[in-house]
Amino acid sequence: MNIKTEPMTINIGPQHPSTHGVFRIRVSFDGEDIVEVEPIFGYLHRGTEKLAEERNYVQIVTLTDRLDYTASMTNNQAYCLAVEKLLGVEAPIRAKYLRTLTAELQRIASHLIAVGFFLQELGTFGGTPLMYAFRSRERILDMFEMLCGARITLSYMRPGGVFWDTSSEFWEALDSFLEDFPDELSEMEDLLLNNEILMVRTKNVSPLTAEKAINSSLSGPVLRASGVKMDLRAIDPYDAYNLVEFDVPVGANGDNYDRFWVRMQEVRQSLRIITQCKDQIEPGPYRLELPKVIRAEDGAEAYATVEAPKGELGFYLVSDGSISPYRMKIRSPSLINLSAINQMLVGWKLADMIVTLGSIDINMGEVDR
Amino acid sequence: MSCQLQGFYQTNFIYRSLHDIMSGLFPCNLSIILAGLMFAFLLVNILLASTAIMTWGERRLLGRFQTRIGPNRWGPFGLLQPIADLVKLLFKENLIPTGADKFLFIIAPIIIMVPVIMVMGVIPLAPGVAMTNLNVGILYILAITSVSSLGIFIAGWASNNRFAIFGAVRGVAVLISYEVPVVISLLGIVVVTGSMSLLDIVEAQALPFIMVQPMALLVFFIGSSAEMNRTPFDIAEAESEIIAGYHIEFSGIKFAVIQAAEYGAMIVTSIIIAVVFLGGWSGPLPLTLGWLWLIMKVLVVIFVFTWVRATFPRLRIDQIMAFCWKGLLPMSLINLFAVVIETFILKGSGNSLSLIDLWIMCVINTIIAVITVIVLNKLVSTKIDPAMSKSQLFSSRKLSVRN
Repeated sequence: MNIKTEPMTINIGPQHPSTHGVFRIRVSFDGEDIVEVEPIFGYLHRGTEKLAEERNYVQIVTLTDRLDYTASMTNNQAYCLAVEKLLGVEAPIRAKYLRTLTAELQRIASHLIAVGFFLQELGTFGGTPLMYAFRSRERILDMFEMLCGARITLSYMRPGGVFWDTSSEFWEALDSFLEDFPDELSEMEDLLLNNEILMVRTKNVSPLTAEKAINSSLSGPVLRASGVKMDLRAIDPYDAYNLVEFDVPVGANGDNYDRFWVRMQEVRQSLRIITQCKDQIEPGPYRLELPKVIRAEDGAEAYATVEAPKGELGFYLVSDGSISPYRMKIRSPSLINLSAINQMLVGWKLADMIVTLGSIDINMGEVDR
Repeated sequence: MSCQLQGFYQTNFIYRSLHDIMSGLFPCNLSIILAGLMFAFLLVNILLASTAIMTWGERRLLGRFQTRIGPNRWGPFGLLQPIADLVKLLFKENLIPTGADKFLFIIAPIIIMVPVIMVMGVIPLAPGVAMTNLNVGILYILAITSVSSLGIFIAGWASNNRFAIFGAVRGVAVLISYEVPVVISLLGIVVVTGSMSLLDIVEAQALPFIMVQPMALLVFFIGSSAEMNRTPFDIAEAESEIIAGYHIEFSGIKFAVIQAAEYGAMIVTSIIIAVVFLGGWSGPLPLTLGWLWLIMKVLVVIFVFTWVRATFPRLRIDQIMAFCWKGLLPMSLINLFAVVIETFILKGSGNSLSLIDLWIMCVINTIIAVITVIVLNKLVSTKIDPAMSKSQLFSSRKLSVRN
């Protein structure tokens, strides 16, 4: 019997529980299988790059908070490094350690969200692992509050250092966090890393070869899961990363499980970095004496990148000698990591699509800017 | 006095007391009918009330599993939360989406709800106490519960929503597949008991059937949680994929009815498991407290259902189908064959199995169950190539381009 069939097109998003914000994908399905994927974004466009041209160099720090709002510390870091490069100055050593330490705390917080929602999308009802992850993330946010009074939009870093020195309260909280967190992490790993259902759902699903990953200029955990040894913190160290030792986890197959595995391992490595920073840090100035209103030379330009939790985050600044940059360009990892979405999704099922999206770990604040 | 209840109804404690009240007020035949109606009324309302408590209980339990608190604001321990939810849902706007099939959209929640209530009719709650002692009780349960899948499909189809159609098709596919092993697993019980009446099944359990046929319980538990759309088989309403699946467009009281039906199905399934596998009202307590013993068993089963829900990720549709046809179906068939052969040999010339016979079956079936699960696990489970996962760590010092 010949039945006439045609693919069914569904708009997933912009309002959907699993699209990480206002992301929209138009997908054609043949039954449960994906035939065609068309990502559509721009629902959260705020014109950050243009706004930056109207503000002075210190004010822009607050704009960078709102890019990837789950990791504003690393956004600040990338921007401040770009400004320092533009001015040709370097932050004092204590500031470097503080930046490294807080950036790694932020990486843990961001990866906890990524892993938690990834598992939520796998269908653990109400997200038991998500709640486990948030329990630990909450303590990191508390520590950030002790540092700078904010929990999400931190603005802790400034061109030339950090906003304020740490309090003894912060170090106590950090100590107790470093004591408890490995156990909480082990608890999560016990629940997840060898879970049979998780294995069959993620192993060898939506694999991406190293070649394809490089051709799509992916970065971050997504690239490393595909087997590329690329971590800016190790390859081209900034701040205090050349003074600490850590391992870079690299996956083998680039499937969903590897992306998840890489994140879980990175959390452990971040803990190592934090412990080393805590041991090595010494009292001293935490911020360079820069003029209140920063001006760069006319025609100066600088590009600085950091390894943000989601990938390689870069800021490109051009100065025209005035108090605000002539142009600020943001290379946001979330947007560029999305470019491989077609190769990752076509041929897989609806359920895999949601999980793969979760494993790329995008953040709409950063995709749309 | 000629106005007497007959047979089963005479020994039924609840019928007798209801009839005693009624016969003083109404003529003879009418009082018998009224007693039956009152029993039905009580049963339906107790079931509905317990679904309400169930929503609270599950949310509290999930809260515990997830290191949070759960509803605790209204009433002691938040016990009045279901009432607050119900009032909220009652006052919500009763939306019917454009292009929906109005008639089907309205009756869909009812079609989902009714079978759940109807199943309660044959379930024995205490010795000799049931709405009716149907001699084809098990068959009745299996037939009636399948009607729910019709309701799910109608709900999805009538909504005029593509997510809903996804959910409906998935739901029906799962229900039809899992119906098969569930039926076969219960057949084993019928073979041992020699009766389909639930009252007879409870009385035949000198040794609870969980020990006599552990594999049947396993299949029934997994199969019925798939039929109820619970994690890890909740693809029909997978909230992270198709948002709410077949009931995505239902709001207000219709949504409440669908939710009540889902929780009701879970309670009913738990009661069936308690009655068929865990020995019903039998226990160390005196027989008059049998109902208490039954409630405790039901609560344990519900707890296990919730525990599973809080722990496991969801499977994909092809994996669910593969698990059913390659895993559960062979298990239930092996169990049935084993039970049939054992019963044939042990029963001999006698009419029923003695306690010693049941113990012999217990030992043999447990061994068979363990072997089957291990062998099937080796044969069926998705192979993960060990050479595939060679993910590793590289030291940061060695990667640096500056050295």
